[in-house]
Amino acid sequence: MKRIVSIALLMAGAMLLSGCPKKHNVIEPPIAGSQAAGATSGDSASTSGRALDGSASTQGGNSMGADATGPLARRVIYFDFDKSEIKPEFADLVAAHARNLSSHPGLKVKLEGNTDERGTREYNIGLGERRAQAVRRALMLQGVTESQLTTVSFGSERPAAEGDDEAAWAKNRRVELVYSP
Amino acid sequence: MNKRLTGLVAIAFLLFCSPTWAELVVEITKGQADAVPIAIVPFSAPAAASFDVAQLVSEDLARSGRFKSMDRKDMIEQPHTGAGISFDDWRRLNNDYIVVGQVLPQGTDRFTITFELYNVLTRQRLLGYEISANRPGLRLAGHQVADMVFEKILGIRGAFATRIAYISVLGSLPHKNYRLVVSDADGENPHIVMQSNEPLMSPAWSPDGQRLAYVSFEDRLPSVYVQFLKTGERQRVSARAGVNQAPAWSPDGKKLALTLSTRDGNLDIYVLDVATQALTRITDDPGIDTEPQWSKDGQSLYFTSDRAGGPQIYRIGTQSGDKPRRLTFQGSYNARPRLSPDESQMAFVTQEDGGYRIASMDLRGRGDVQVLTKGRFDVSPSYAPNGAEIIYASRDRGRGVLALVSADGRVQERLVSSEGELQEPAWAPF
Repeated sequence: MKRIVSIALLMAGAMLLSGCPKKHNVIEPPIAGSQAAGATSGDSASTSGRALDGSASTQGGNSMGADATGPLARRVIYFDFDKSEIKPEFADLVAAHARNLSSHPGLKVKLEGNTDERGTREYNIGLGERRAQAVRRALMLQGVTESQLTTVSFGSERPAAEGDDEAAWAKNRRVELVYSP
Repeated sequence: MNKRLTGLVAIAFLLFCSPTWAELVVEITKGQADAVPIAIVPFSAPAAASFDVAQLVSEDLARSGRFKSMDRKDMIEQPHTGAGISFDDWRRLNNDYIVVGQVLPQGTDRFTITFELYNVLTRQRLLGYEISANRPGLRLAGHQVADMVFEKILGIRGAFATRIAYISVLGSLPHKNYRLVVSDADGENPHIVMQSNEPLMSPAWSPDGQRLAYVSFEDRLPSVYVQFLKTGERQRVSARAGVNQAPAWSPDGKKLALTLSTRDGNLDIYVLDVATQALTRITDDPGIDTEPQWSKDGQSLYFTSDRAGGPQIYRIGTQSGDKPRRLTFQGSYNARPRLSPDESQMAFVTQEDGGYRIASMDLRGRGDVQVLTKGRFDVSPSYAPNGAEIIYASRDRGRGVLALVSADGRVQERLVSSEGELQEPAWAPF
């Protein structure tokens, strides 16, 4: 049920976007909390998002979301334990980045796969890579060129949250999209 | 070129082995009921020695869990040579063995340690030995005394005078500092070998104990490095696109088994000749194949694979075309195999009651599995070079700690550090 709703949302979003007058909006602010401070974007172009605000559109509204809350501003995809399938609630996020990347072929994104702390470290590297690859495939299926995408797995080495409980683990099972110019 | 320069600067900064901060404290959490009672009498020593060799020997032996060292306070006399031992008294105090000794000055800053081991019951002298050391060498000499006593009584070579490598993580998110540390086996004498603000992983000792292979994310991508401990000189041996992980040295020290990935993220095991850079693919399966470990004859690799669903342990010949054979069948998670030095046992991580624990499999008999630890997050087992103990990473009150368990599971200890998260211990060869 939930899946159907989000697919409908996606399609609505896609139609909305294609219906809108084309502007070239490049979105690449640095990720908060990331160490890669060196990767500042060369031409920090305007960042007016074309993103759809989820809650508004369920009511059939066409309001364009603000940058801070739109799918393009969201750059972390979370996963269930031991899973690498992209959950329906992240479909709009993936679709928005896919559109952004395919309409700006010069953009590149690094997909950083991560796991929670449980299990062996090197096997977790494999699981993190599997998650990064799941996002890579989803983006390519939606038209992103292979050369725009790279993957890296940090396994359980770079947690986003600390703690030996599910609350922390849920934040750590993730793929981060890191744009570079 | 630029990158290489940066690397050199980093190494220069590391050069060499700045002594670190915190020391490890050993807590025995589960002892052995039939531990051998032994008295290590304080050695006579000049004030200049300023190091208590007998105390170290006593602690080493007690720490193994196989000995019960007599408390000094209970000693009614403190002989320094065999002639001074009143065997009847020591026997009444329930000691099976006694060690006496002296530290004698040899000029400035040099000492000779003489010691003797006696069987209290038979009054037989089992060992009489002399070791020469400078002042900083007294600690090592103490470990060597403990090694000799251990071997004489138990028939197992001691591993007190060996080293371990581990990863220590300091700081809090998002500013973490990762350190590759080498210390004595008891955690004393720690030295930083490499540090980075990005993750360091999977230290692996070369068979000659002179090099460490490890994974560094210093470029925010994984690369495998080999570093000489004496000089700090290091070489990046694998920085291929994708995954570069889990280095394991071949028994001849010439090759590394590695985990690499294809463009679409399929992890498989390869063998890299370090000198020639020649690469041979060993496994070819769509699942995750990783965590390789060599057999002693260099003819096969043990590794983790989830080709059948969850991770399980397999063995494959290094000759091309060999088919892997699955070794673990109990439970849904068995990973990261390590072989005991005589290859009679394999230690690995297993999932039991929702926790990750260290287990061992009997490789000579029917493949019986014994779960050795009781933690929730016990990973990264590594055998002592004598095979008697396994060091591993655990968690204690929300912190990463190192712990030890005897290969038969009867003795358990924790190494508690005053700061940092400790991970991935790797015990050095003799």
